[in-house]
Amino acid sequence: MNTIQAEHQRILVVFPHPDDEAFAAAGTLAMYIEGGAQVTYACLTLGEMGRNMGIPPFANRVTLPTIRKEELADSCLAIGIQDLRMLGFHDKMIEFEDQQLLDSLILKLLKELTPSLVITFYPGYSVHPDHDATGAAVTRTVGRLPAAERPLVHCVAFASNHEQMIGKADVKLDVTAFLTKKMASIRAHRSQFQAAELVGNRELTDEEIRNRFGTEQFWTYRFD
Amino acid sequence: MLPLQPQDIQTHIDRLAGQDLYLHLELTTGAYASHLDSTRPSASAFITNAAVRYTNGSISGTGPYRVGLKTEQGWVYAEGLTHVDENDTERLILAGHDSQGKLIVALQLSRERF
Ligand SMILES: [Zn+2]
Repeated sequence: MNTIQAEHQRILVVFPHPDDEAFAAAGTLAMYIEGGAQVTYACLTLGEMGRNMGIPPFANRVTLPTIRKEELADSCLAIGIQDLRMLGFHDKMIEFEDQQLLDSLILKLLKELTPSLVITFYPGYSVHPDHDATGAAVTRTVGRLPAAERPLVHCVAFASNHEQMIGKADVKLDVTAFLTKKMASIRAHRSQFQAAELVGNRELTDEEIRNRFGTEQFWTYRFD
Repeated sequence: MLPLQPQDIQTHIDRLAGQDLYLHLELTTGAYASHLDSTRPSASAFITNAAVRYTNGSISGTGPYRVGLKTEQGWVYAEGLTHVDENDTERLILAGHDSQGKLIVALQLSRERF
């Protein structure tokens, strides 16, 4: 077991959409879990406003939430995530939600789980308004804790200007050893993963998969 | 979802006319549009469970299709519709998809809340 695995035994992941975990952190989470970590994934919405409906489309606005709920559970199973919490917010609406409600739910999770590591999106650099609003709620809530009680917060960022603004990621993890689990997690999102911009319209070679999905990177959020 | 048959949709539209209904209407380029291509703005709008009642409505075009519903106070309109949920015989669940299969437009009517 390497040191990074032993470093965190309780991890809280907060993302707004089923499949955020698959692309952003599945390898990292599988790695920590193999090292004995307990992972709770708080997924804020069911991604019910997503545009991918399968190819050919088998889902629609009415059936999508149920389908994505099952996909999310399968993805968590593939990664080994032990505790999945679906918080029931409406997709696309996180930035308009009652901030106190959002923050109080996150605070409750922090108090209950006392994680040493929290993984979320970097507010302002994560493209989707739900991503930014989720990262903002998490960093706001963690920032209100006394400094000694704050878990480490690792943020995912991918806006086109993110490196210019926040520099290069300070945490880069080689997850090639966990690619089987990561790809199973991605493929669990059956209504989503066929999208051309994600995996293209053909089977990827092992090398392409390694290049594309073999590294996961995070920015440690600074509270001062 | 199946490619829609306009005659079936027309029958369904006629059956729901003159009743208090809930409407879901949505148009979207997706939140990632401008991230993937800076020349394409992200634009979308939706309204869920809007109360609506129409006097008459129809589907037109040769596919993708247009639907217009005339209400007592105005209109409901959607363009780009391609698919229907064939399993839903009560509610009318219509959607339009782009060449990549992504939803771009949705028009849904139901007697019960969505
Ligand atoms: Zn997302």
